[in-house]
Amino acid sequence: MTRRRFFEKVSLALGGLCAAIVGVPLVGFVVAPLFRKAPDEWLPLGKVEAFQIGKTVNVTITDPSSLPWAGVTSKSAAWLRRVSEGEFIAFSVHCTHMGCPVRWEAGSKLFMCPCHGGVFYSDGTVASGPPPKPLVRHQVKVANGEVLLKAAPIPITTTL
Amino acid sequence: MKRLAIRTWQWLDDRLGIVELIGPAAKHLVPRDARWWYTFGSATLVAFVVQVVTGVALSFSYVSSASQAYQALQFISNDAPFGSFLRGMHYFGASAMVLMVGAHMAQTFLFGSYKFPREMNWSSGVLLLGFTLIMGFTGQLLRWDQTATWSVVIAAEQAGRVPLIGNWLAQFILGGTTIGGATLSRFYAIHVFMVPALLFIFIALHLWLVLHHGIAEPPVAGKPVHPASYRQEYHEELERSGVPFWPDGAWRDFVVGTVLIVAIAFCALYFGPPVLGKPPDPSILQADPRPDWYLLWYFAVLALMPPQLEGYVMILGPALIGILLLIVPMLNNRGERAPSRRPWAIAVVLLSVIMIGSLWIAGARSPWSPNFDPQPLTPAIIGATSGPVFEGARLFESKSCLNCHLVDGHGGRRGPDLTYVADRLTHDDIVIRIVNGGVNMPAFGKSLKPDELAKITDFLESRKKPVTPVNAGEKWK
Repeated sequence: MTRRRFFEKVSLALGGLCAAIVGVPLVGFVVAPLFRKAPDEWLPLGKVEAFQIGKTVNVTITDPSSLPWAGVTSKSAAWLRRVSEGEFIAFSVHCTHMGCPVRWEAGSKLFMCPCHGGVFYSDGTVASGPPPKPLVRHQVKVANGEVLLKAAPIPITTTL
Repeated sequence: MKRLAIRTWQWLDDRLGIVELIGPAAKHLVPRDARWWYTFGSATLVAFVVQVVTGVALSFSYVSSASQAYQALQFISNDAPFGSFLRGMHYFGASAMVLMVGAHMAQTFLFGSYKFPREMNWSSGVLLLGFTLIMGFTGQLLRWDQTATWSVVIAAEQAGRVPLIGNWLAQFILGGTTIGGATLSRFYAIHVFMVPALLFIFIALHLWLVLHHGIAEPPVAGKPVHPASYRQEYHEELERSGVPFWPDGAWRDFVVGTVLIVAIAFCALYFGPPVLGKPPDPSILQADPRPDWYLLWYFAVLALMPPQLEGYVMILGPALIGILLLIVPMLNNRGERAPSRRPWAIAVVLLSVIMIGSLWIAGARSPWSPNFDPQPLTPAIIGATSGPVFEGARLFESKSCLNCHLVDGHGGRRGPDLTYVADRLTHDDIVIRIVNGGVNMPAFGKSLKPDELAKITDFLESRKKPVTPVNAGEKWK
């Protein structure tokens, strides 16, 4: 190896090292949200008596682990139905097609999506339109007379 | 005084080397007959410069905080001097840039300018198209109203369809598992630093290639590109008949650039910036997210595609179109350039325009979306103020039928117009359709009581074309 060739290699190697010194923390910082733990807490929705049997209502929750500057974006919603005395079910508001917020139409007992026309029956199964899967259910339980909903990630539909 | 100015300039130029730097680029010879058709590229550049200038100005007041961006937008739009105008310029500048990129692309494709030796001019341009669309989408998100937050969710869902790594991509886009404090900052970094850096680099490359290969001479039918002899012929012709770019060619670019900027400013003043929607609160479910116009056609694709194919089309479609566009010049880099000898090239451009145009119109009308707030049916439309037909009409509204069906112009457009449904369906047909549902119609058998079903059917059976003498006459035509 000639002296000139050697210097070429050393310079390129140093360039690579510099790129790594700056680049590794950059990549780590940018992809960090991939490794953030999903919220895993039971959030109170109110007393059991506050909900009428058979009614499906919109409940709002606030992500307890949200960043301090999240403001209103830390809020999210779910559709909650009191099925019987002590039984509740909760649906994600996200249409399984593209994630748009479905609305409950009490008269027809359907969830309707404003984006591409997805419609779901009251049990969350697909009634019409492009959604590939039923509405995702949230975990919900009753403890000490209070209804609790488990915080959950935005459901991402995978089809392939 | 004049001599002092000249001497100062000469000193500066001697030390800075300005003429040496830009002289050759300004004075390089261009084909004499490259005229107005060749101004789309510089018009795109003008729009880009407008974007940089107005973007930098807006960033003086923008706050990339999930909780405050919406207020900052309201301040910019309502209170800040020139704020609304600058937002309008930035929006219509983006629109102009998308339009000019499209026109530039169609023109270079139709003129066969992508052929030897300018293959990389085309491919670098395709990357610039991609970056421009990413800027458009992320720019809409920085508006950070309700539509913006739902658009992030839609982007995440879209990325989530990628096999294996979909969930990771979705989390990468959301900046976590939900919308939150991390989401907006990411798109700010992408829109303001990352993609603009890429745009600067690739615009520099693109312009270098324009100088390096020279702009393609207007095509002449019967004069095909032969890679072996093209360069020599091109340069000989330039030496013979070319004109210096500055000012012989450039003045047209200045005219078109000026017209474009005036048009952008006019639109910004006359139409104003896009209206801010509701606050970015994901718990407000009264939302109706729509992309800005340049992606509205894709919104229609998502609604109209057969659901079985969707998973493939959403992932493979953009990938295939992207790769195909990138390698267009590699597939065919020689031969005729004149559009008159390349009917398929004309067909491809026409079909693309027609396809995107019709999808765009479909997206703007979006008949597939239910009408959540239909105008109630009036007694005049119902033709009764009491009795089963009237009650059926009220049930038709309360059971959401009207959200998807039109009756006398009231209602949604998802399903068939039912204004005269009794003229084409019998009683039994109607009952079967309601109970079992049909293509894109939910089954209502479980949710309707028998008497409700009977009343709705009564109402629908009263939907007949009134038989007036005129109509009766028409029947015999």
